[in-house]
This record gives sequence, structure tokens and C-alpha cells, in this order.
Amino acid sequence: MPDVNLSVNLAGVTLNNPVVVASGAFGFGREYNQFYDLSELGGICAKGLTLHPRMGNPAPRVAETPMGILNSVGLENPGVDAFIKEELPFLRRFDTKIIANISGNTPEEYGVMCEKLSAAGVDMIEVNISCPNVKAGGLAYGTRPELAAEVTETAKKHANGVPVMVKLSPNVTDITEIAKAAEGAGADALSLINTIRGMRIDVSTRRPVLRMNTGGLSGPAVLPVAVRMVWEVAQAVKLPILGMGGVSKGADAAQLMLAGASAVAVGTALFTDPFAPLKVRDGLAEIAGRQGLSAVSELTGGVKPW
Amino acid sequence: MKVEQQCKIIARERLTPDTVSMTLAVGDMVSSAITNTGRPIHPGQFIHIKCGEGLLLRRPISIQSWLGTRMGGTITVVFEAKGEGTRWLAQRQVGDTLDVLGPLGNGFRTTSGPYLLVGGGVGVPPLHACACYTGCASTAILGFRSKDRAILLDRFDEDCVDVQVATDDGSLGYHGFVDALVRQELEKKRHYQGVLACGPKPMLKRVAEVAAEFGVPCQVSMEERMGCGVGACLVCAVTMKDGTVKHVCKDGPVFDAEEVDWDA
Repeated sequence: MPDVNLSVNLAGVTLNNPVVVASGAFGFGREYNQFYDLSELGGICAKGLTLHPRMGNPAPRVAETPMGILNSVGLENPGVDAFIKEELPFLRRFDTKIIANISGNTPEEYGVMCEKLSAAGVDMIEVNISCPNVKAGGLAYGTRPELAAEVTETAKKHANGVPVMVKLSPNVTDITEIAKAAEGAGADALSLINTIRGMRIDVSTRRPVLRMNTGGLSGPAVLPVAVRMVWEVAQAVKLPILGMGGVSKGADAAQLMLAGASAVAVGTALFTDPFAPLKVRDGLAEIAGRQGLSAVSELTGGVKPW
Repeated sequence: MKVEQQCKIIARERLTPDTVSMTLAVGDMVSSAITNTGRPIHPGQFIHIKCGEGLLLRRPISIQSWLGTRMGGTITVVFEAKGEGTRWLAQRQVGDTLDVLGPLGNGFRTTSGPYLLVGGGVGVPPLHACACYTGCASTAILGFRSKDRAILLDRFDEDCVDVQVATDDGSLGYHGFVDALVRQELEKKRHYQGVLACGPKPMLKRVAEVAAEFGVPCQVSMEERMGCGVGACLVCAVTMKDGTVKHVCKDGPVFDAEEVDWDA
């Protein structure tokens, strides 16, 4: 393979390579460490955390769709304290960046979690704003610019200098409004896209396959939506972007980078192939080499729109 | 380290119009189980098979039998072609290659027999491995929808002390569900180390109730729509009696029946 510099910079954090694993697809890393050394990854977005442990939703929590899957796990997790005590020390053993992903019911909860995680020592905090906002009557933070800004500001205030990356929901009319709101409130980076709401019905039983009726769509089916949204957001804000949505090979990652992403995350592809992140990384390096680039980071924003 | 392996199909047999038995050459997968988990491959574990290019989720198929590396290194699975993935799988021929992860999960925990093995439909195959694993001292009670769907009866006859069959329509053996036969058997004999059950959830629930009534420990192999197969994605959730959530792929598929919240 030609000598291509794989390292990238995401909000001041240097990743050994641009391939991160997406939150929710990789647990806390222990399972996939049985397949390869986690130091091979650019970074790990850990399973989404809440202030208190959550059991998640009843099963079935997954349904297969054309080139995609729907999930409704519902943020099952042991809570931020258990993560810090039981999981973070394990993750810290590897030469990779650890990105904690948090969801709160109130801005205060985001603040508390940021305090705890920054004190415990993570490389970045990914703020998931696509979960229900109890205070605002069930609306998602991710669909209202002023709420997105409030959460971002609170997270930033309590993160004690640890970079805050806001994860955007694609379930909005104009994603750039939310992106600008997060930027204005001090976000250090943006990650997108989260899953797209979808539904599958079993025709013979007339029941939705998911016990929660609807869920979040991911997998190759969403890649073009992710590319479009990363491209739109990249033009609207100056923040670095972690692009994700349906990446399963090097060319998919290259599309997101050309659209404006500084790094990419691999999620659903892991279920088909546990080695997918490493193959995406090698595929990206090969593309960069073939195009005569000295660094993969040169791909970022390189799209030549008509 | 765990691997993803390309495995060639070396034998294939249609047991009923919908049920297929396939034997795969798995290299050192059988012996690697012990290096990866500290314990040898055992009944109730599964392999996670990729079913074509268009389907993103692998299909978990429980292992019916295996031969160690020195004996040739094979795993045999028996499955029903009922969805898109398993229909694709059923069409594969001898010589074709499958992408396999495994062996995965925790199987039945046994000592040498006698156990009461209770299977329903496509839940029957992994119990054949239990029959062999428990020193051919066990009794099997097997349920099927009808006579033409009965599978592996000759194999159980070879490897069990006694085999009783129930069918939903009465076309073979007892007319009714397996739990009635389980009750009869446990009333007659008190020497079973435990009940090992695999089948649809309503069947497992009833068998667990009967076993509990007689004070016999019962292990059940649970099924749930699965994602990664290794415990990372958390989709295959089962609620436990103590209110916690466990996952079929990593904590199971075999659980102690008394742990499971059957009404969740």
C-alpha cells in the first residue's frame, strides 16, 4: 500500500486514522476486541449513556429492511457511573480515542454527565440530542434549534475543556438550522447522521416487526441521505464533522469525507462483518493512494459540485 | 482471537420440504472454541451465518453436531427455511461457501445424564447434541406440528434411552403438546438431572412450569431477533425475573428457566 498519512484531526483531537466506530454498534468494545486489537481504530464512540441505568425497550428491537435495519434498543445502558468504573479503564488500555456518548432528559443531566466524564478522562463527549425531552413535553432536542443550543451550551460549560461533539438527528426539515444552533452555542464538532425514523409491518400478522412499532433506520440504505446532509452542514458551519450513516466500505467513507467530513464512523456494517471498520480504513487508504494524495485528510471537503 | 471464516458446504440433505441439514467444513473453528472461551464447543451454541449480499443481518443457527479438527473439523446445522435469509441459505449447494462466525453463545450446562430433553419443531436439532453429550443416557420428548414435519427421530433413537413424540394434529405419537408428556415422564421417573428444552417460547414456558412443579432444574434455549451475535448491539433482549435485561447472543441462548420473566 502506498505511504498515505492516515491520521486526521477532529476538533483538536488527533485520530490515528479516520475510522471511528459508531455509538450503539460497538458496546464498550469488549466484544469486538475478541476479533482485533482496538488500537487499530481511529476512535470508539461508546454505547450511549444516561445518568441512570436504563433497561431499554421490549424486544423485538431489530428488523431487517432493504439494505438496512431498524432498531429500537431504547438506550439500554448501565449508566454513566458504571461506565466510568467498569468500562472506561478497559477502553483506556488501547491506543485509540475514546468518545463517550450521552443522552439526557434535561439540560442539567447533560451537564452532570459532562462533569463526571471529563473528570474521568475521555477524549471527547458526543452529545446525543435525538432523545425525548421530558421538559419540553416529549419533543426531541435535536429538532428545535433553541433546545439544541441550550443543551450544547450546558454540555460545553461542564465539559471542562473536553471537546463536545453534538450528534444531529436527520429527522428534521433543515438540518443546517440545528447545526448552526450547536455551532453558535459553542460545539467543537458535529456528528451526523443519527438514524432515520422508520417502520416495518409484518403483512401476515399486520403487526409492526418492532415491539415499539417504529425505530431508527441505519445501514447502506441511509448512505445517500448522510452524504447529502454532511454536504449541507459542511457548507453551513465551520465545525469539523464526524460523518456516518451506512458506511460499509472505503468508497462510502470517501464520499462522506469529500462531502466535508473530517472522520467517519462505521456502525451497522459491523453486524455483517466485525472487521468492517478495518476494511473501511484500508479502503480509504487505497483510494487516497490511488488518487496520489499524501494524506487521507486531503479528501475532506473535496467534492466538486456541479 | 475470534475469526470470521469461509466454510465450504460438504453435505446437504433436505429432511422435510422446509428443513435442511447442512454440514460445513469449519477448519479449526471447533478446537478454537476452547482457546477463545476456555471451554470446548457445547450443545446449545450457535453459528452466525451471512445469508447473501442484500441481507445485512446474519442468521443465528444452532449447532446440531460437530467433529473436532482431528476428526475433520465439521459443524452440522439443521434449520427451517421460513424467512428470506433461511430460504437463501436452504438453496446453497454442496461446494458453496458460507461466511460464518462462531461458535457463539453459551449452551446447555450438563454433566453426564440422564436428562429429559424436550424439543419443539426446529428447536429439536440442538437437543440431539445434548443426547450425545449426556452419554446417551437421556430421554427425549419431541414435538412437531405433524408427522411430515418430524425430523431426526432415527438419530434420537440411536442416542437416547427413550424417545417420545407428540404432534399438534395427532398424526404421529401423542396428540397434543410436549408438556403433557413431560408431566407424565416426571411423574413416573425421578432420576433426571434436569430438563433441557429448546423450541417456541410458549412451549418453553409450559415446560418450565412443569419442571418447576416437580422441582427439576430446567434450562431453556431462547430465541430473539438478533443483530451482531456477540453482545455489542443489545437488540436480542430478554427480561429476567429480577428485572434485569440479558441478551440471547452473549448471556444465552441457554438460560435457567427460573431466571426468565415468562410474562414480560
